[in-house]
Amino acid sequence: MQELIPYIPLLLRGALVSISLALASLALATLLGALGAAGKLSGGRITGYMVQLYTTLVRGVPDLVMILLIYFGGQRLINDIGDAMGWDYISLSKFLAGTFAIGFIFGAYLTETFRGAYMTIPKGQIEAAEALGMKRLAILWKVTIPQLTRFALPGYANVWQVLVKSTAVVSIIGLEDLVGLANDTGKSVREPFVFMSFVLLVYLCITWVSTQIFAWLERRSALVGHHAV
Amino acid sequence: MKKTIAAILMAVTGATSAFAEDLNICVEGAYPPFSLTDESGDVVGFDIDIANALCAEIGAECTMVKTDWDGIIPALTERKCDAIVASMSITEDRMKVIDFTNKYYNTPARFVAAADAGLDENSLEGKVVGVQRGTIHHDFMDGEFPDVELKLYGTQDEVYLDMTAGRIDAFIADSVASLDGFINTEAGEGFAYFGPSYSIPKYHGEGAGIGLRKGEDDLKSRLNAAIEAIRASGEYQEINAKYFDFDIYGG
Repeated sequence: MQELIPYIPLLLRGALVSISLALASLALATLLGALGAAGKLSGGRITGYMVQLYTTLVRGVPDLVMILLIYFGGQRLINDIGDAMGWDYISLSKFLAGTFAIGFIFGAYLTETFRGAYMTIPKGQIEAAEALGMKRLAILWKVTIPQLTRFALPGYANVWQVLVKSTAVVSIIGLEDLVGLANDTGKSVREPFVFMSFVLLVYLCITWVSTQIFAWLERRSALVGHHAV
Repeated sequence: MKKTIAAILMAVTGATSAFAEDLNICVEGAYPPFSLTDESGDVVGFDIDIANALCAEIGAECTMVKTDWDGIIPALTERKCDAIVASMSITEDRMKVIDFTNKYYNTPARFVAAADAGLDENSLEGKVVGVQRGTIHHDFMDGEFPDVELKLYGTQDEVYLDMTAGRIDAFIADSVASLDGFINTEAGEGFAYFGPSYSIPKYHGEGAGIGLRKGEDDLKSRLNAAIEAIRASGEYQEINAKYFDFDIYGG
């Protein structure tokens, strides 16, 4: 146990990397999810197929494979392009590769979350807004988004919890995140169990705090239209 | 004429030092005492000291890149780093993908017995020596000490337990493994190595080399020369002594 104490600052630095990675990935996933949902809902055949391909591909491939593919495969792609163009070596950063992989994966899940939330909004409301002469952007801003947020929040919170835990997989490419550092230092002092227990506590803290935040957000967004949840 | 040659030599040597190359070295950081991560997140250990000594010898600026063991060969082939110094054993399977320098160490096999037993490698007849079944050490005993009575075990831990219990007079195993797993533990108190360090390629393999991308023959020959140079200058022995009290370069 006392072996752990000098390593705590380092491990907390790793936790910060994990949290930053999770937040950056969530931002990318939200963007991709919104685009994907819009693509599916637009009714266009080609965009529909493209989104379908994206969600099928991502949901059918393990996270680990996706990360290795993006980090090493992406690097090879950059190398091949670079060699052909005569550029100097360009290194793909571990953090970017991790963000891209996790954002790409969870964007597919959020596509479904957002699409489902949108479908929950009664069609009559949009029609009523149109009948009132509201512009499309006004409808989106005043009618669709407030309700979309409310309906999507529980699913979104769920995706976030899974996403946070997925960041652990990124240690495979050598990113100095919480799990990667705890694994290396735990083996270095031959106390892997103690170090992994610490990781467990940190992850529990992160997920507990985010549960509280999402519960608060859900209460807040519920008050926008309805007083009862 | 002599002056011209001197001028050319100076120009050449001057040029090499002016164009000091930058090398990224993949290291693991989770394999004590060869490679471990300290409290500040830096990688330290025997591998790292050797890598730094070799870099200084060939005049390169080296940066240690910590890489997970599972991703260390792809990191080399995709040019995330230029060399692997991670206690990687030279094996035929790996040689299909990457190239290796000569070994920079080969942890020898050593006998262990009670420190006060007064055994040496020539006085083993009539004694019982424990060894893990089916290992390189088993082959070594059959090949080199055919007359010594062996007691075979399924795992190395059982060998240690029976050594402490006195059911065997000695055992043979990898020197570093038995140091960490036995001699330096409570159960191993009063036990010590005896006899020479054995590393015979026929039994013990080629040892650990520096992994390089295929085709880097110039870097390979310079690193091979550097390994010999630090062996000759005594720098290797100095690093060795920081971690082990026997020569881990092997025979």
